[in-house]
Amino acid sequence: MKVDGGTLAALAGYFALTSLFAIGGGNSAIPEMHRFAVDVNHWITDQQFSDSFALAQLTPGPNILIVTLIGYHVAGVVGALVATLAMCGPTCIFAFFVGRFADRSQGSVWHATLTRALIPVTLGLTAASATVIATTSDYNWAAAAITAGTALTAYFVRVHPLWAFAVAALLGLSGLI
Amino acid sequence: MNSAPIPSPTEPPAPHSLPEPPSSSASTAPQQVRPSLAELFIAFATISLSGFGGVLAWSRRMMVEERRWLTPEQFNEAYALCSFLPGPNIINFSVIFGSRFRGPLGGAVALLGLIGPPTVLLTIIGAIYAYYGDLPVLRRMLTGVASAAAGLMMATVAKMAGPLFRNRAVVGPLVAVATFGSIGILQWPLAPVLAVIVPVSIVLAWVHR
Repeated sequence: MKVDGGTLAALAGYFALTSLFAIGGGNSAIPEMHRFAVDVNHWITDQQFSDSFALAQLTPGPNILIVTLIGYHVAGVVGALVATLAMCGPTCIFAFFVGRFADRSQGSVWHATLTRALIPVTLGLTAASATVIATTSDYNWAAAAITAGTALTAYFVRVHPLWAFAVAALLGLSGLI
Repeated sequence: MNSAPIPSPTEPPAPHSLPEPPSSSASTAPQQVRPSLAELFIAFATISLSGFGGVLAWSRRMMVEERRWLTPEQFNEAYALCSFLPGPNIINFSVIFGSRFRGPLGGAVALLGLIGPPTVLLTIIGAIYAYYGDLPVLRRMLTGVASAAAGLMMATVAKMAGPLFRNRAVVGPLVAVATFGSIGILQWPLAPVLAVIVPVSIVLAWVHR
């Protein structure tokens, strides 16, 4: 695969910036990554994005590593490494310095205020991620039924994600989707 | 690759220099075990490779119950701190945890243990997908998994929304709906949206505290 420096720089700069806005976990940035990689830059298709998301879910490790797959699609092994480092680097440096400082500022009032301020934002972002993934994958009534069925089951019972994925993959394998 | 056998020639200390005392912050809990760099790497690699979605549970079990590197209170504090930081909590946790015990190098080693193995794995998977991604069977299975994952996220949203929408609260639900609408429906860019919504939400939470 031909690796072009401009694309790599765009990957690195973009993921580094996006990582700083991923509030409340890796899945919060899913809609933004989809917008940028599929709609704006046409690096990958809707289907490839949805597949990458599924593969990252199936692989052990932080789910944010969907960026590794996006990077690979765009620029091969180098792209995978650049995207991964860009997504983790800035937040880690941030975490390092905050970790030092926060040793001394536990339990303050703004701690509680920040929590209450960020929870609804995280909630909105997670709902947006679910919507984007649900509408991005190659959708039909069977896939919609799987989404609804998983949501209902997981709401009422504790479900290990792997079981849900295994059942869904089998349904896909059986040709239902 | 890190097994350089050359023993570093240790300079004899200059007569007027005292030996470095251990940093005072590291000696706050003397009875606790202090992990080495190799132990940090192995611990986070293990957590990473055994954590499907449930990385938090795994990290707690290892850090608190098995290795006794943290007390339950310390774990909760560290984790609460990580949830404020942008990016995945577990990645921030690895950096904060590693650097607390072994300085910047410890943070880097813990991070490498966490993301190194899955990055290699996903790069290989990416290469395989590049060849076989068009197979209809694979495509249908991945669509199934993505659909299920969307469902799991919806269940999470529903569980989080319960306490938020209770007590006739207005501010929280409003912020949540505004975030969802602008990102999920209108598909606006994340950075400018959050640059507006987060400060507004903080001010509102402060006013209604």
